[in-house]
Amino acid sequence: MKRQCAILAGAVIAAFAILHSGGPVRAELRIDITSGKVEPMPIAIPALAGGAPNESQAGQDLAGVVSADLERSGLFRPLDPRSFIQNVSVFDIQPRFGDWRQINAQALVTGSVKTQGDGRLRVEFRLWDVFAEQQLTGYGYTTTQQNWRRIAHIIADEIYKRITGEEGYFDTRIVYISEAGSPEKRIKRLAIMDQDGANNRFLTDGRTLVLTPRFSPTSQEITYLSYANGSPRVYLFNIDTGQQEVVGDFPGMTFAPRFSPDGNRVVLSRAENGVSNLFALDLRTRRPTRLTDSQAIDTSPCFAPDGSKIVFNSDRGGSQQLYVMSAAGGDARRISFGSGKYGTPVWSPRGDLIAFTKIDSGSFFIGVMRPDGSGERLLTRDFLVEGPTWAPNGRVLMYFRQSPTDSRGHGGSVRLYSIDLTGSNQREVTTPQDASDPAWSPLLR
Amino acid sequence: MHAKIIGLLGALLLLAACSSPPPEPPAGPPGPPGGAGGIGSRSIVPGSQQDLEATAGDRVFFAFDRSDITPESQQILTRQADWLRRYPNVTVTIEGHCDERGTREYNLALGERRAQAVKNVLVASGIPASRISTISYGKERPAVVGSTEEAHAQNRRAVTVVN
Repeated sequence: MKRQCAILAGAVIAAFAILHSGGPVRAELRIDITSGKVEPMPIAIPALAGGAPNESQAGQDLAGVVSADLERSGLFRPLDPRSFIQNVSVFDIQPRFGDWRQINAQALVTGSVKTQGDGRLRVEFRLWDVFAEQQLTGYGYTTTQQNWRRIAHIIADEIYKRITGEEGYFDTRIVYISEAGSPEKRIKRLAIMDQDGANNRFLTDGRTLVLTPRFSPTSQEITYLSYANGSPRVYLFNIDTGQQEVVGDFPGMTFAPRFSPDGNRVVLSRAENGVSNLFALDLRTRRPTRLTDSQAIDTSPCFAPDGSKIVFNSDRGGSQQLYVMSAAGGDARRISFGSGKYGTPVWSPRGDLIAFTKIDSGSFFIGVMRPDGSGERLLTRDFLVEGPTWAPNGRVLMYFRQSPTDSRGHGGSVRLYSIDLTGSNQREVTTPQDASDPAWSPLLR
Repeated sequence: MHAKIIGLLGALLLLAACSSPPPEPPAGPPGPPGGAGGIGSRSIVPGSQQDLEATAGDRVFFAFDRSDITPESQQILTRQADWLRRYPNVTVTIEGHCDERGTREYNLALGERRAQAVKNVLVASGIPASRISTISYGKERPAVVGSTEEAHAQNRRAVTVVN
């Protein structure tokens, strides 16, 4: 398991080059993703051309993953390959744009797969504007055979970026808690997978209760809560080595960890004598700094992407609400003023919004508001939805949804969902077992 | 507010059921394995978990999002303190729990607050703090399965567990 991980992490994408000469031309083909309802763009993604059987298989697999990524974004509508008129099994030929216009493709992806002498794959692709009859972008990549899915995600990211003007988020991973068993004796394991659910891998064996994993922004590390040795503490997990190490080993429970944007600190809660306060832990010196000193529950802290502020939830005013303070601690300003309670605030990687869980009138909601508390928008409502996490481009959120349980233990399934920032395109994220507490990685590059 | 009142009523009803001796676990779904076991014809070992359950009651309940000790809980904890004085070598862990209707991290803190509230009562009754540790499970270990207010009321609890 460790070995596989090292290979994955170490599989470097070598030598990429822009295939077309001259700067990219800003064409008309573009999706404006800031509006609420987007008509998905019809795009044709035929299998990438390959000579040998393993190459054409890889070309087909690559096209499949690129199509699936773009389709799930809700912004693209990959066309059925059976409708294609032109056979683009030879990469270098010019597309017959008329053939693609006839099936209403607005964009077309062509490409090729070749096995090099050293056994590695050379993958190239071009994105075409069918109506302008123009190449929009094109890149080539060299990688190990096992690493082909990452190339597909990177290609999907390039297409997304060229068409929407926003960074993609397909070459990313999700760390989450895999769940199984009856509610009273739930078995929870750390698990990691690609954002599309592929390459799922369990990081812990389930003997110890683990909760709330979060990615380091800078290293192959996860911080999370573990009940190892019967005492709940904040730990670090190294994805490459599998090594686990306690970092929040102070008197009282430590929980709700999250990395600082520079990856050097973990902000967490420490519970002692019935109150929970926030501390920042320097990972180099292992020295904690107290950030709050309240007689309340201060928890779920999260840094702003520039590291200057921390948002958290506290019941210091009588009910669970969101507060923002300086990253050095001190006075905090309440920002949530709608009806109900607010928790699990997470700052967008773009800095412009804070996502949260809201509990109101017996329902749970996932919503967003600006960091000053204005512009609250609720994206989804259910019996229990909780724990939003942002895609690195700040356009998509993932969270978990739990259904009600009857007295016989029926129901109670827990699943991951993604949703667009506009509240549209809600999709289940497939996991082998029940799943909760998702955390989205930064872009892997 | 309405939900809170219902929650409180539910808890009170349960407490009524629990505080009348002998304190068998509430009717309906069984309690957590290992916690409420041992009921039946087997003899009860003095100073054991079963003894604590039979003599004093091993758990107290809380209203939604609260950690106040109710008068009913106070009675159970008084009996727990008496029992602990009888077995001075016994140490216990107070487990704080919540229902599923809160966010995970907040509930971890709330469970700790509930466990601490119970510990404070026992210490005020003269039990040395060194004999009592606390742990929170938040909403991770419900005693009763179900998304009903009855189930939630039984899950908002602090359980005294003999180490």
